[in-house]
Amino acid sequence: MSEIIRFESVHYTYPGDELESLCGVSLSIEEGSFVAVVGHNGSGKSTLAKHMNAILIPDEGKVTVCGTDTSDQDRLIDIRRNVGMVFQNPDNQIVANVVEDDVAFAPENLGVEPSEIRNRVDEALTLVGMYEYRQHAPHLLSGGQKQRIAIAGIIAMKPRVIVLDEPTAMLDPIGRREVLSTVKELCREHGMTVVLITHHMDECIDADRMVIMADGYIAADGTPAQLFADPELMERQGLDVPETVKLMYALNKEGWDLPLDALGVEECAEVIRKAVGK
Amino acid sequence: MLKDITLGQYFPGDTIVHRLDPRTKLICVILFIVALFLAVNWTGYAIVLAATVIFMILSKISPKRIFSGLKPMLFIIVLTGALNIFYTKGTPVVEGWMITWEGIERAVQMILRITLLISGTFLLTYTTSPIAITDGLEMLLKPLKLIRFPVHEMTLMMSMALRFIPTLIEETDKIMSAQRARGADFETGGLIKRAKALLPILVPLFVSSFRRADELAVAMESRCYHGGEGRTRMKQLKFAGRDYVTLTLFVLFLAGMILLKRTAA
Ligand SMILES: Nc1ncnc2c1ncn2[C@@H]1O[C@H](COP(=O)(O)OP(=O)(O)O)[C@@H](O)[C@H]1O
Ligand SMILES: [Mg+2]
Repeated sequence: MSEIIRFESVHYTYPGDELESLCGVSLSIEEGSFVAVVGHNGSGKSTLAKHMNAILIPDEGKVTVCGTDTSDQDRLIDIRRNVGMVFQNPDNQIVANVVEDDVAFAPENLGVEPSEIRNRVDEALTLVGMYEYRQHAPHLLSGGQKQRIAIAGIIAMKPRVIVLDEPTAMLDPIGRREVLSTVKELCREHGMTVVLITHHMDECIDADRMVIMADGYIAADGTPAQLFADPELMERQGLDVPETVKLMYALNKEGWDLPLDALGVEECAEVIRKAVGK
Repeated sequence: MLKDITLGQYFPGDTIVHRLDPRTKLICVILFIVALFLAVNWTGYAIVLAATVIFMILSKISPKRIFSGLKPMLFIIVLTGALNIFYTKGTPVVEGWMITWEGIERAVQMILRITLLISGTFLLTYTTSPIAITDGLEMLLKPLKLIRFPVHEMTLMMSMALRFIPTLIEETDKIMSAQRARGADFETGGLIKRAKALLPILVPLFVSSFRRADELAVAMESRCYHGGEGRTRMKQLKFAGRDYVTLTLFVLFLAGMILLKRTAA
């Protein structure tokens, strides 16, 4: 697999701020992988994300996307068409009064042929399961539906990477599930690189890789199983662990000797059944 | 309660009027208004009224809907009528009264004029989605780009405003409920007391609108928005046979009205 996004000791301070929001971040993201980024509030996750599509440009160090330096102003549109971004509040990223017009926004900006835009819009809406709603007014839809429209709006741009900044933070459990399964499908079935920033640890379970941010640097980086298996690390970072891992911790305290890398509910049940049957 | 407010109401349908190109409808409304102001006698008003009724029937918009739209304007309509009745000189209806026959005639004509003016524009907004109207406007105003008038920016602003009206109304409702739960009272008291009660709503609404605008700008940039240059549209406006026919009919209608005015004068 090849590298698609690369951070080389990136430093960034917001204008007027005293403290650095990113202090020396180096990171390499593989094409086609599913990377989850977690960390407490204000740890620099959104700042990191905004460097991936040249909304922010590093003060020091550099970010490259598909080999292009993001500080190259002439390649701005190229970078942004390759890295789509979905934000937390669906209401503030939907631009049109009709679902299909909103999904068409990015390809329209890119000057794509009208008939091709139509195809892309239909394809993107089908992919997120919102095709029947193409004529609806977005403000009448549920939060999860709106967020899927926002995702469709990005897919229609045909990016290679999709970065989602806490896309489920404002959603109810049903909306969260809808969005998450869409995101997983994008990565696993359509080969898109996914960077998912989240507060919900159970959304990281299926990721290939998990990055923990703390105060502007990367505190830990590994597979979810590796990181969750280290209760001290999670505790130190003020992060929760998935319910399955909590259960395993609790059982181990009672004298069991269970592995901590079974994160999914099914796998967890399997491990416990084996242990009990022993 | 705020949700009941509707601006530029659109009633989707599949009639010939709905299917007309928005540009055609915009031009026709302008021609219609000019024609209306050219009407100087009863024949003129009758023709304009007939044209309005024909379009009402073709678009399947019920008179009831038009009348309910007129309701907020009732005060202005009645006032105009009253002023014309009392302030037109001529033969009094009864010796010694201020009301004259000429006054009554003028009042009726003025009321007809306002009513037809509003009904005509309603027929446009009722049968054309707001987005189609702004798209049509953008296309029609394109020549103004030559004198550096920011046509794209202006129409984008209009469609963004339309997009955010429901969102802001919803938010206002939420803030009002929150303030009401803290004991705020928006329904009683004089004008000044009520205006004061609105302040704690407007402040948070403003603050959140600025945050929204900020996030929206970032989201638009992320989706490669870089101004109107090189931008294409998914839905292309296209004139069909019916558009040419309608436009021709309206030009003839206007020409007829001009002739009528000439002969009357
Ligand atoms: N627009 C801004 N202006 C100034 N400082 C900011 C701005 N956005 C974020 N920050 C600061 O940068 C740091 C990281 O913020 P952010 O990347 O939003 O964190 P997270 O997304 O992990 O919650 C915080 O300390 C925050 O105060
Ligand atoms: Mg954030």
